[in-house]
This record gives sequence, structure tokens and C-alpha cells, in this order.
Amino acid sequence: MEQKTVPPRDPEADPLSTSRLTGDATDQDIESIRRRTSVFVYEWPVRLWHWINAALIMILIGTGWLIASPLPSMNFAEATFQFVMGYNRFIHFAAGQLLTVAFAARVYWALVGNHHSKQLFYVPVWKKSWWKEVVHELRWYAFLEDVPKKYVGHNPLAQVAMFFFMTVGITFMLLTGWALYAEGAGQGSLPDLAMGWLIAWVQNTQVLHSLHHLGMWFIIIFMMIHIYAAIREDIMSRQSMVSTMISGHRTFKDDLPD
Amino acid sequence: MSQIETFYEVMRSQGITRRSFMKYCSLTAAALGLGPAFVPKIAHAMETKPRTPVIWVHGLECTCCSESFIRSAHPLAKDVVLSMISLDYDDTLMAAAGHQAEAALQDTIDKYKGNYILAVEGNPPLNEDGMYCIVGGKPFVDQLKHAAEHAKAIISWGACASYGCVQAAKPNPTRATPVHKVITDKPIIKVPGCPPIAEVMTGVITYMLTFDRLPELDRQGRPAMFYSQRIHDKCYRRPHFDAGQFVEAWDDENARKGYCLYKMGCKGPTTYNACSTVRWNEGVSFPIQSGHGCIGCSEDGFWDQGSFYNRVTDLTQFGVEANADKIGMAAAGVVGGGIALHAAVSALKSAQKKTQSSKEEV
Repeated sequence: MEQKTVPPRDPEADPLSTSRLTGDATDQDIESIRRRTSVFVYEWPVRLWHWINAALIMILIGTGWLIASPLPSMNFAEATFQFVMGYNRFIHFAAGQLLTVAFAARVYWALVGNHHSKQLFYVPVWKKSWWKEVVHELRWYAFLEDVPKKYVGHNPLAQVAMFFFMTVGITFMLLTGWALYAEGAGQGSLPDLAMGWLIAWVQNTQVLHSLHHLGMWFIIIFMMIHIYAAIREDIMSRQSMVSTMISGHRTFKDDLPD
Repeated sequence: MSQIETFYEVMRSQGITRRSFMKYCSLTAAALGLGPAFVPKIAHAMETKPRTPVIWVHGLECTCCSESFIRSAHPLAKDVVLSMISLDYDDTLMAAAGHQAEAALQDTIDKYKGNYILAVEGNPPLNEDGMYCIVGGKPFVDQLKHAAEHAKAIISWGACASYGCVQAAKPNPTRATPVHKVITDKPIIKVPGCPPIAEVMTGVITYMLTFDRLPELDRQGRPAMFYSQRIHDKCYRRPHFDAGQFVEAWDDENARKGYCLYKMGCKGPTTYNACSTVRWNEGVSFPIQSGHGCIGCSEDGFWDQGSFYNRVTDLTQFGVEANADKIGMAAAGVVGGGIALHAAVSALKSAQKKTQSSKEEV
């Protein structure tokens, strides 16, 4: 019986060039792989939250828009059976409640998760090195720096944006949203006990409607900046961006020390 | 006035039968959301309790509260409550005038120290030491403070006394100020509306007289029994809202069908009042029923909430005629343009870099 043996390895051969994974790779590719490194940054709850959050925000913007400016009046059934606005509001409220749960879970994960999961919730203004990196990042976006820095987590500008638009922005939308929901739920209801103080504080809830509506635009503007910056960084920076939020791994395009 | 009469005595002296009196008691109980067991209680209180004196003062206002009040649907309520307060002080309704009237005010204050209810219609302007509203030769704010000093409780009638209303709308040149911001040491019950519903006004007074205490108030100090729900929550057009059936123009087919006025700027969803349940003029109608949206007159600063005819209202902080959508779209447009420009420069820069490095390689 012929014995199956692993062919003897050529001690001279480059292990990367003989690897099956790199079978179609050119010498340049192999050299590139050698210089790439990868760090595991985003654990699964962070990634899952990111995409759930993104989907819910899209739903909330769509349905929220239709609450403020409803679809043209329609008449395809008796009013009793035609629950168009009702379903739209239901979806908005349900998505808002899911957003609340997801955000609470995300806050919990910041407490128990890894170092990078906490970055969303603070801005390290007390760190001198952080400010230096802010200046560098501003210069990079102003085309004054030729070479960007490498970051494992968020770059300092991204961290500022994340903090103000997401942490503060979502908190704002949750507070105003729940206060508005409390109006329908009625005085003495759980949402009212939780958020009724905000109604009492602004007095006229038309103000709350306007603020909640402005908050939507705040988040739309964040989305525009966020998606642009993510794609641009994915192309022009020295690390992966988009795939990192899928796999959790940050890969670097070079192994240069700086 | 050697001895204070009871309500019942006043009613009987006005020629009201006992049968009508009992009817009034049961109607009042129903209006206050009380069970039938409270009818004899109300009757008993009316029969035995001395009338609580009420002083009714007028600041910056249009008298629409008084106009509403004297049209209270149940004639008995009007007769009883009105005869009661006109005896003491209400410069609009009382027979006395001038010095005589002011003397009556002082007389009531001295006689019933700590026992009378002060009803305030309108509010005091505070600029120029209150000179924008003079009552009896003195700034109204002085009369208000004087009358409030020994009051048992204060009722703020209408949007003026509760929130400031039109005279307090931006820029509020006279600094018209709601009562609770001037008098801070007395229990104050707000009965907002421009005007408040007559039955709500008499209901509040009847409750206070019957039970000798303030009705349950909500967070903003309004009687919960009338102000705990929105117009929207009890609107008879609500099914059309949920169905997505809206009036799109004042004279369209949907307006004729009585669809929801949300798109016409109805403020029912943000207005706490009893209009959609109690209605007006003996329950005949209310604004939405007559085809016009609610303007939110019982809400704080309703004059400063942009147009009565928009849902997404103008935000005056951002200049004339700019609502959340216009501001948001403008901001998104600027950011979008910035992104496009930045992307273009980024592409050019990297193209330039590539040509340079390929030149270096060659």
C-alpha cells in the first residue's frame, strides 16, 4: 500500500508562495501580504448593533418623515379597515422601542466588552496626545498631510463625530421620542412616568415635535458624513474600514512603524 | 351681608326648585367624572357650606374668559357661580364701579382673609413698573399681589393668566408675565384656553367649593380631569387620521367628508384640553367639528409656534419661514456639497500622487 506522504518542504521555498491560499498571487501580492497585519477590534455585539442600529435608523427616518408629512390622502377601504397612518406610526414606535433596547445593550457591552467598545461613549479631551492626533486628522482631511496615520479603533475625528452624533444624538432622539410617545400612552402610563417630565419642561409639545424633527436631520447629516468618510478611508487610508464592521478585523495595508 | 349664605340658599332665592337643584348636582358629578354616590355629597355641601367668596381680577386680557364663563351650558351653574362672585368683586360684571368697586375688593379681602379664592383673568405686564395695565389708578401687578396675599388659592383663568397668551408672544414688549411667575407662594390652578370651556371653568369652581380642595392637577398645574388628554386622543375624526385620510385643501372633497385636519396644521395632537369631549356652546360643536383645525390655544406660547396651518411649524429662532425640514435640507445640502467637493479633491490628489510615484519608478 502506497503511503500518502506530505511532500518534503523545500527549505529554500518561501512559505507564502507555496501556500494554497496564495496560489494565484503574484510576487508583489505576496510581498504585500507579508507586510499586512490585522487586529481584532469589533466584537460581534458591536458589529451586530451597528447594523441593527443602521437599519432601524433608516426605518425611523422613513416612517418619521411620513408622520410629519403623511402620504397623500387615500381611500381604498372604509376608514375602519384602512389603517395606513396607524401602521406607519406602529412601525415607527416599534423601531424606536427596538432602538432603545439595542442602545441599552450597546451601553451594557461598553461596560463588559473590549477596550474599543468603549470608544463611542467618551471623548478623551484630557489627553494631550489625542489633541495632537485631532490636529493631524484635521490636516489629513484638509489635504495638508500626505500620509495618514494608522488607527486600530476610531480616529480622533471619527470619535468626536460618533460621540456627538450617535451617543448624544441617539440619546436625544430616544428622550424626545419617548416623551412624544408618552403623550399617546397617556398620563400615568410607564412612558409618561419615565419621560413626562420632559413634556412638563418644554410645556408645549409642538416644541418637542420640532426638536425631534431637527434631530432626524442631525442624524441624516451624520449618515452622509459617516458613509463618505468610511468609503474614503477604506480607499485612501492605511487600514480597512468597511469590512472591519463586518468581520471585526482591522487589517493594515503596510507594516511601517508610523 | 351679615351672614354668608349657602349655595342652596342662593339657588332657592333665585327661584330654582329643589328638583332642578338635584339635577344640577348629578350633572356636576358627571361633569367632574364622579360616581352617582357623589351626588348627595355635592348636594349636602351645597346645602350646608357657606359660599366661598371669590375675587375675580382682570389684568391684560380680552375678557373672552368672562364671556365664555357666563355662557356655561348649564344655566344653574351660571346663575349660582355668577351671583356668588359678582357679590364680591369682578370689575367687569359687578354693578359697582370706581371707588365703590375698589372698596368692595378691600372689604372682601379684609373680611375673608385666607378664605377667599382669587380668580385671575389676564396677566400683569412687568415692564415700566407695570404701567402697561392700570386698574383703579394703580398697576395691575400691585392689585394682583395685594389680592393674592391673603387668598386661599388662585385660579389662573385662560391662556393669559396661565401662560401669557398673545400679549406675551415674542417679543413681548410689555413683559406680560403669567400669574405663577409673579405669585410664587400660593397654590395655583391653571385653567388654560383662549378662552377655557365654560363647563370646565364652572366645573373647576364647583369642585373646589364642594370638596374644599384643589382638584388633582397635572405636571403643569392644570386640573387633570379636563386637561389630561389631548384633543387628538378624543377627536371624533381620529379614525380618519389613523386611516391616512386627510383634508388636503380647505375646499376639497375630503374637507366636505370631514376627514382629519392634520395636514391643515391641526394642533390637536399637541393640545391638552377637553374640547373634543365637552365641546362648546352646550356641546354643540368645537373647532375641528366645524372644519377648522385646533390652534392649540390652551398650550404654552401657542402664538410662537409658527403657523396655525402647518404641522412642521416655522422655528422663529432660524429667521422667518424656516421650519425643521427647510433647515435640515439646507444643512444636508451644504454638507452634501462639501462631501462632493472633498471627494473630488481627494480623487485628484490621489491621482496626482499616483502619477508622481509612477514617474519616480521610471
